[in-house]
Amino acid sequence: MDFTFSEDQTAILDAVREFCEGELAPRAKEVDEAACWPADNVRKLGELDLMGIPVPEEYGGMGMDFLTWAAVGEELSRACTTTGAVFGAHVLCVFPIMTFGTEEQKQKYLTPLARGEHIGAFGLTEPGAGSDAAAVSTRAQADGDDYILNGTKIFISNGGEAQTYVIIASTNPQRGVRGLSAFIVEKGTPGFEFGKDEKKMAFPSLPNRELIFTDCRVPKANLLGREGSGFLVAMRTLGVGRIGMATGAVGLARAALEAAVPYSRQRKQFGQPISSFQAIQFTLADMATQVEAARLLTWRAAWLKDQGRPFEKEAAMAKLFASEVAMRVTTKAVQVFGGYGYTREFPVERYMREAKLFEIVEGTSEVQRMVIANHVIRELGG
Amino acid sequence: MKIVVCIKQVPESTEVRVDPETKALIREGVKGIVNPVDENAIEAGLQLREAHGGTVTVITMGPPQAEEALRHALAMGADEAILLTDPASRGSDTLATSYTLAQMVRKIGEVDLVLCGRQAVDGDTGQVGPELAERLGIPQVTFAIEIEVVDGKLRARRVLDDFFEVLEVRLPALVTVVKQINDPRYPSMRNVLKAKRAQIAKWTLADVEADPTQTGFDGSPTQVIEVWPPPRRGGGRMLEGSVEEIVEQIAGAIEDMNLGAG
Amino acid sequence: MPVTIIADNCTGCRLCLRACPYGAIDIVDAVARFNEKCTQCGACASACKFGAIVLEAAFRRDVDVSEYRGVWVVAEHLHGELRRGTFELLGEGRRLADKLGVELGAALLGDAIGGLTAPLIAHGADRAFIAQDPVLAHFRTGPHTDVLAGMINRYKPEIVLISATPQGRDLAPRVAARLSTGLTADCTGLDIDQAERLLVQTRPAFGGNLMATIVCRHARPQMATVRPGVMKPLAPDPSRTGEVVEIPVRLDEMSVVAKVVEVVQQGTDGRVNLQDAEVIVAGGRGLGKAENFSLIRELAEVLGAAVGASRAAVDAGWIPAYHQVGQTGRTVQPKLYIACGISGAVQHLAGMSSSDVIIAINKDPSAPIFGVATYGIVGDLFEIVPALTKRLKQARSHPAAPTL
Repeated sequence: MDFTFSEDQTAILDAVREFCEGELAPRAKEVDEAACWPADNVRKLGELDLMGIPVPEEYGGMGMDFLTWAAVGEELSRACTTTGAVFGAHVLCVFPIMTFGTEEQKQKYLTPLARGEHIGAFGLTEPGAGSDAAAVSTRAQADGDDYILNGTKIFISNGGEAQTYVIIASTNPQRGVRGLSAFIVEKGTPGFEFGKDEKKMAFPSLPNRELIFTDCRVPKANLLGREGSGFLVAMRTLGVGRIGMATGAVGLARAALEAAVPYSRQRKQFGQPISSFQAIQFTLADMATQVEAARLLTWRAAWLKDQGRPFEKEAAMAKLFASEVAMRVTTKAVQVFGGYGYTREFPVERYMREAKLFEIVEGTSEVQRMVIANHVIRELGG
Repeated sequence: MKIVVCIKQVPESTEVRVDPETKALIREGVKGIVNPVDENAIEAGLQLREAHGGTVTVITMGPPQAEEALRHALAMGADEAILLTDPASRGSDTLATSYTLAQMVRKIGEVDLVLCGRQAVDGDTGQVGPELAERLGIPQVTFAIEIEVVDGKLRARRVLDDFFEVLEVRLPALVTVVKQINDPRYPSMRNVLKAKRAQIAKWTLADVEADPTQTGFDGSPTQVIEVWPPPRRGGGRMLEGSVEEIVEQIAGAIEDMNLGAG
Repeated sequence: MPVTIIADNCTGCRLCLRACPYGAIDIVDAVARFNEKCTQCGACASACKFGAIVLEAAFRRDVDVSEYRGVWVVAEHLHGELRRGTFELLGEGRRLADKLGVELGAALLGDAIGGLTAPLIAHGADRAFIAQDPVLAHFRTGPHTDVLAGMINRYKPEIVLISATPQGRDLAPRVAARLSTGLTADCTGLDIDQAERLLVQTRPAFGGNLMATIVCRHARPQMATVRPGVMKPLAPDPSRTGEVVEIPVRLDEMSVVAKVVEVVQQGTDGRVNLQDAEVIVAGGRGLGKAENFSLIRELAEVLGAAVGASRAAVDAGWIPAYHQVGQTGRTVQPKLYIACGISGAVQHLAGMSSSDVIIAINKDPSAPIFGVATYGIVGDLFEIVPALTKRLKQARSHPAAPTL
């Protein structure tokens, strides 16, 4: 098995890393504390051709594989989790349009998204529909040449800043899950407004907004896929999203590990650096092992997708494992830093608060376990 | 506008070590990078291309690994890169280097603007730019912190001592830039891949019709006869105590110095 | 002859005649010709648009070095006064000239600067060579190069020293290339090898991490730019006598390629010039933000000192670049340098390690600056600096205290 990246991938990742270390990492604390949209960083992502990595070149993208996209996301997250989160949420809009869009839809919406000229967002979650995604109640009523949308979405990442939204709504409530459809909705459409931006445990600069649809008219041309294929669109999109979340978690965990190790070497107690104490050594060993495992599991899920092979189970495993690793590793990192780790002066307390997001968003750990169990029982049930 | 940017590949760190036996610089394991202020020169070239159209060609004279520096320039967005690498150019001082670069620029032909960084972090001479301008017979503008081209004329703001000077010259001209002129862009993914695949032209001294008496050791009027690590100024003593005690000691030392007495 | 006229290409347009500072070109039978005044400065070659004048710019090893005698310093003036670097070079030049047993000359270019020849002689020059013309009033590379190259060709000094100011670092390489001779940049040490009658030049490279010794055996003059603030000037002796040699030049503004559009003084903090200051108080990254430079300024005020800064502080935008001390900033040689919150990177040390006394305040005990500080304090500059300022103010107001 060849675990190395190709020359092209290496060249790209080296360049991304330089950008991350030179530009994103030094300002990550500032970006987080500013509690506002990281416009400069997002613009730079577009300028560096990072916002359309998997999109075919004819639509302004790089036409590259998802593994490259995932590895780039991991670097971004390691340097600046907020920027990584914007990057990850953006693909949830890019992917469904790329996969299910008509030629006209791709021309109109995909190209500006791939170029980073427009930011994307994905609206599935509602007050009454979290893990129970099928309970979506936003209604899309057919009316002449349009659909009329009514309902509310919450916690939508990039909400308010994004220009393009892929929204899951019900065109036929009687058919339940099979009555869901996907729509492309533009910011500024009459009847489409933004509600509150949640104040969260972490990520103050990542918008997680309420989307409010009140008799919002969306042209039929903006139906993404067929009526009734909304759940499929959502599941496929979340499959990719899971890989994205996993890489975000891995990047975060790496950042925490890379902060803890040098600190343990510098910090002296009882006349020695604390890295010479076995307790700390074992902790660091566990952290490093878990990060490595999460990383490889994530890369494999992306690789399977690129191979055109089924990857849903692996993506769920990666997301589940990486998010839990991130939580453990960041918590341990704070512990290694001791008292100082609890203060705002060091980034590890922020990393620990940020890690929690990954266990919840885009399918909680419980949902991931449901998905994995279904696959495992089917495959190994005998 | 046809723009040529002269760059140099330099060691990543200036923490240089000298072999005590041979007095030669220890170069193994030292990563090469584009001389930092040369990145500013490349960026300046790219910005002028964006404003006025044209091409940016990046050139360098050096050993084969200097190609990496050129690839970085291409990754930033330069159109073309040319490496002059020839063992006979080894030992070139600034005069010989500027002669060789001049031959390269002449071979490229019809160049409107030559851009250089102010000085390289290894040689620190800052001489190649002006000497190159003299060899090409074009005006030079050094220490530029701002450049613009208006109606075929180049206008640059120079930073000198305690004042700025805005100078205007006709093109073709040569400009050396300082770090404060701009923020060099990061390579975009497209340009990284383009740079990776790009063919970098490799020229020899013969390709530029260089007179061998003007290049390499033979063409260098100056010669380094020795290199040595500098004598380190030693430390003195550390002052201890409370803030008041320390301040008293400093004040006493200052008074003893009899400053202002001429 | 390095400069030749190709008569067949000459159209008799007179551009060369106008560009020649020395009146060395006549138009005879509609073709340009040199007369005996020609110094081969090369101004005409730059001016000719028809390829009729060629400057053979090649480094030759067959120069008769014995034809070159004397040490020259190229003087630099700013706002009507000679710069400190010129006096430093005269001091050093005097020493070198005495070792060689030759005269020390000073080359002075400008307009209405006749009054500056006396200080040149008082500071050690035997002869002051002065070229004056309105076109030379404000330094521009072209005319300065043309005139200076001609003067050097006429008088053939074996050594030419130029202060490594921005002007010097602009002019020296242009002249060196014009003359196809060797130039060593930013020298911190000069000496004479008597056996070979060579100028031995010592200079830092790699940001100060390496010293190099350089010679120029076969080309003349041996040119060097010298780091300001390193050499020692002689005490001026008004009773010294010397000769003033007027170089008759006439320049044509139309022939000058560069036009000065604007000159803008930089706003500087404080009144004292960094280069000439006896005391400098400098601030670095440890200050944390721009506003905290007020601590530095207050201490500088009470000491009558200039304000300096590390590159980190300048890059952060806390203080104008004019105040930067270091490899790409200013080299200073004050009696006292107080470094506050400066770690002491090699490039900064390169700019201030020749200070007589260095006091360093930094909260990091491993800061490299403590390796060169005469007095090192590991502590909080926000406590120590204001306390020191207050203590020195008290001393100043106390009548019995020595004046600072």
